[in-house]
Amino acid sequence: MPRRRARVATATGLHARPASLVTRKAAEGGHPVLIGREGEPGVDASSILSVMGLRLQHGDQVELSSASDDAEALLDELAALLESDLDLVEQA
Amino acid sequence: MTTLDASPAGAPAAGTVLAGIGVGRGVALAPVALVAAPPAVPADEPAAADAAEGEARVRGVLAEVGDDLRARAAATANADLRQMLEAAATMAGDPALAAEAARLVHAGTGPATAVDQAVEGFAAVFTAAGGDLAERATDLRSVRHRAVARLLGVPEPGLAALDAPAVVVADDLSPADTAALDLSKVAAIVTELGGPTSHTAIVAGQLGLPCVVRVPGATTLAAGTPVLVDAAAGTVEVSPSAEAAERVARRADDERLVAAVVGPGATADGHPVPLLANVGTPADARAAAAGTEGVGLFRTEVLFLDARTEPAVADQTAAYAEVIEAYAGRKVVIRTLDAGADKPLAFATQADEENPALGVRGYRLVRSLPGIVSRQLEALGAAVRALPAERQADVWVMAPMIATPAEARAFAAAAREVGIVKVGVMVEVPAAALLAEAILAEVDFVSLGTNDLAQYTMAADRLRGELADLLDPWQPAVLSLVAATAAAGVRVGKPVGVCGESASDPLMALVLAGLGITSLSMAAGRVPAARYALRSLTLDACRSLAAAALAAPDAASARAAVRAGLDADVARVLLGEG
Repeated sequence: MPRRRARVATATGLHARPASLVTRKAAEGGHPVLIGREGEPGVDASSILSVMGLRLQHGDQVELSSASDDAEALLDELAALLESDLDLVEQA
Repeated sequence: MTTLDASPAGAPAAGTVLAGIGVGRGVALAPVALVAAPPAVPADEPAAADAAEGEARVRGVLAEVGDDLRARAAATANADLRQMLEAAATMAGDPALAAEAARLVHAGTGPATAVDQAVEGFAAVFTAAGGDLAERATDLRSVRHRAVARLLGVPEPGLAALDAPAVVVADDLSPADTAALDLSKVAAIVTELGGPTSHTAIVAGQLGLPCVVRVPGATTLAAGTPVLVDAAAGTVEVSPSAEAAERVARRADDERLVAAVVGPGATADGHPVPLLANVGTPADARAAAAGTEGVGLFRTEVLFLDARTEPAVADQTAAYAEVIEAYAGRKVVIRTLDAGADKPLAFATQADEENPALGVRGYRLVRSLPGIVSRQLEALGAAVRALPAERQADVWVMAPMIATPAEARAFAAAAREVGIVKVGVMVEVPAAALLAEAILAEVDFVSLGTNDLAQYTMAADRLRGELADLLDPWQPAVLSLVAATAAAGVRVGKPVGVCGESASDPLMALVLAGLGITSLSMAAGRVPAARYALRSLTLDACRSLAAAALAAPDAASARAAVRAGLDADVARVLLGEG
């Protein structure tokens, strides 16, 4: 079961807009992905409601995991997204 | 979609004034149109006969609501409204929401109840979180209302088509509700819930609609009742008199005159008096960035007071950098932590004080918790050093509660040590105002905090309502300390700004300009009136008004003297006088 760790880099935390960039990527990825604070059970990474409900702040350490062995590349992409300042990313 | 019928029983009587939080300065008089209440779920809703079919209906309806919201998003011209509708559409299509509703349907819950409960589960988390996230609960509930209405086969909540301008009154308005309004027929918006940063308020502000939020009793108004909405006062007057109606018509014209004056703050003869914003959070700073020339007071307390542990230096730097970026190319004045026994820090033990306003607060924290002060300066220094050299002097850093030139010297040395280019202090203790020239010799600028200056000069607690007359910034003793500080700045050629409440009183703004104050900082919403006031008089005229105010024997006559010096039209526009 692939896993990744990432530290939230968005200065203002993962509020609605940055969270939507993450959940959209997860939804398009085609594999089930869980996201959560380290040591806590994860939530569906493609659910904006669940991800916003985590109230992730700048600097929070999170864990990504997937039950699918083919999700390695997707987890890399999601980890990279979490580790960039998403307030600076233009909304597509 | 229907408006509720008029229900005279229990409705507020003519002349009643309901109070809430006003957004903007507009006024309007029009009849009430009530937005229908959202559909309730019947307590005895039966379980779906076939759970799989029930699940399919719930998923189908949520998808339909998402499509409908997306179509509304595509049809609206307002960019913010479009973004909010798209966010609500995404929530309607959320996999975790559908999964939870489906689970409840399989557990024997009726379909509409299942959607209701699934939404409330998420909404409760958002509401408990507070702030921006609590506002998102409104979006989520708008999804619930639409999905529940479809599942029950009842009309979706909303407003009947308006045939004449009306004051739209609702519990709360979601973006979907707002998108459904014919805005050319909306005279004003009043909500019982919501806050000044809610969607309703943001959209109303952009459209220039008068808006009052958090008005208890608003939804008990009967449809068709004429109401006078005054956003500047934050009031809703029920069935106002004919005289009040005339006043509104004049005020609406005058507000247009105020809004028509744009550009930098300056007197009629072009003497610049930059108009800056007071902000408390990076989000405030972004909201205030249009229409002001910089930040005159960034209160950094918000980073500390709610924190369970001291924010890391890197996190502090990121927050300062965000505000600085929102104002790239403009001045940002950052005030270091103003905490003390009256505003205790959750993560540091401070002794209880008998007299907290006179105790270890503001810069005095350096005596008991020097690490917090030095780490904040380190974070600010890092934010400054990260800027290109030509922008480093745009970031001004000042310390609160300075009483002596020695304190100013120590703060300036510590700030310059970490690379801060422009260092200043607040003048809010009378001792600092009396020694302004000696203090200015140690720093690059000072900023007057007139609220605290009045409290300490008049020995009157800011929190005691019954002493409000003593705390009046027009008190001659307070004015003379302001004048002495401004005069010291003029003598040594260094900036003396004002960032207290008094800067936002347009009459006081004229006096301050006349005294030689170099910039005025206030809540962003107060800037247009100050700009209009300054643009109406020359610097010489401001100087005469300042002299008249200083010569007055008491606060009321000081203000009256300035009022008497104004052109009648200007006085009417600024003071809403008939």
